[in-house]
Amino acid sequence: MIQFSNVSKRYANGFDALKDISLHIAKAEMVFLTGHSGAGKSTLLKMIPLIERPSAGSITIDERPLVRVKRRKIPALRRDIGVIFQDSKLLNERTVFDNVALPLLVSGAHHPREVGRRVRAALDKVGLLQRENDFPVYLSGGERQRVGIARAVVNRPKVLIADEPTGNLDPALSREIMLLFEQFNQVGVTVLIASHDLELIGAMDKRIMVLSKGRLLADQGGLGGA
Amino acid sequence: MLKPVRAKPSRPSAQRSRAGLKQRLRNYFALHFHVLTTTLAQLGRSLGGNLMTIMVIGIALALPATLHVFLSKVDSLGASWQTSAQVSLFLQAKLPAQGLAGLTTELNSWPEIGSLEYISPEQALEEFKKTSGLGDALELLDQNPLPGVMLVNPALAFQAPVAVEALRQRLSQRSEVDLAQLDLEWLQRLHGLIRLAERAVLLWGGLLALAVLFIIGNTIRLAIQSRHDEIEVIKLIGGSDGFIRRPFLYNGMWFGLFGGLLAWLLVSVLLVNLDQPVRQLAELYGSNFSLGLVDAKTTLLLLVLGPLFGLLGAWSATGRHLRAIEPS
Repeated sequence: MIQFSNVSKRYANGFDALKDISLHIAKAEMVFLTGHSGAGKSTLLKMIPLIERPSAGSITIDERPLVRVKRRKIPALRRDIGVIFQDSKLLNERTVFDNVALPLLVSGAHHPREVGRRVRAALDKVGLLQRENDFPVYLSGGERQRVGIARAVVNRPKVLIADEPTGNLDPALSREIMLLFEQFNQVGVTVLIASHDLELIGAMDKRIMVLSKGRLLADQGGLGGA
Repeated sequence: MLKPVRAKPSRPSAQRSRAGLKQRLRNYFALHFHVLTTTLAQLGRSLGGNLMTIMVIGIALALPATLHVFLSKVDSLGASWQTSAQVSLFLQAKLPAQGLAGLTTELNSWPEIGSLEYISPEQALEEFKKTSGLGDALELLDQNPLPGVMLVNPALAFQAPVAVEALRQRLSQRSEVDLAQLDLEWLQRLHGLIRLAERAVLLWGGLLALAVLFIIGNTIRLAIQSRHDEIEVIKLIGGSDGFIRRPFLYNGMWFGLFGGLLAWLLVSVLLVNLDQPVRQLAELYGSNFSLGLVDAKTTLLLLVLGPLFGLLGAWSATGRHLRAIEPS
């Protein structure tokens, strides 16, 4: 599903964020990416939706080399990838419903009536159907993150990537969010989560990749793990 | 627990692609309608802030529109004068009555002549005395120096400037005629001035249109900057440049349309206010000229060009600024 081959990333200021990373994540696999701050977790995740491009090496998703994806084709690639952030990146001047509807409107493949049906289904999955008319500022941290997840999955992406999705949440809420990811993984979605909460990811019994100073130090458990 | 999505039974591919195209077109127009209405609602919600922009656009469009309306009115007045063009035939001083009768009979038979009016030297002198204020001085003259004048009104089909000039030349060749004069030179000068003013209005209108483009472009640029984070998120979830650009284009179009409507209103108010004094002035010159209302052509121009300038301004601003925003 996702293949990194000898991928390196050097930023314009000369900082090497990733050094010669090779990895493979199978379809419908759930993988955690961990490491200290500055280890390269976020950079690695950003390369999947082409927010960043590698300085060397190649990345393929579904056997499609990302290096050949032209600028105007990037939106189509991103529509197949659900992205979740630590700060959820919700649009505060739009309601919960409108935030979740955004990927469907963006894809242009859904009639407004169909959009309503699918948004409510996604909100129902994350347990926030009753908050559809609220604005994000009135939601708790956990609720905001669940709206972010609903937005990421509403378009039924093949891949779900999350960068520190539980970074701002207490342990109970974090476990709840992780269980939600596990549920999506169980219906065939490939899930890649960056987190430095070892206790939390250790309890999930999934493949864990450890990054340190831009290098892949360890790859434990799961289909592609050591 | 979530359930895996089951694949639907397949249909023939041609039927599927037809249905798919139809569905996509329906979605496309539905989404356009959605953006159209939401941008209008957004404009309404922040009308206070946007009113200034709309007013500037309205005034910028109203200035050339007002001049255009004035010039077209004056032009139509000139055209009506031109259709009543007359050729004045100053007859030979010693033309006998028989010669005059023969000339009148013959000219009445010409198809290019609509009507004739003869002013005898005596009538001309009387009229001159009344209008010039030189009555006493004219009494001292031994004889009447004025010739008889035949006023020739061309027939309707021969009122074009070229045809009237041809008629004048033909008339001037008659032995009974001393001078054939066509009093259109001043009208031609007026038309020359109107053409010059029209060109000036066109150039000035072009400059003001450019100003409207910049005003709308700058407004959209500020809107893009204020929605920087939103654009970043939309790009992140797969929003194409076209999708992101769409609401800004509709915003530009609304600005232009409301600016055009305001311009129409301003020109109408101006015309209504000036109509009465212009009518009074025209009456003093024996004319029933009036400014009337904004004509259909100007109305259409304002309501089409306003939104068009809005779209162009927004397009240029989004083209330049959206590419610079990328998710990080």
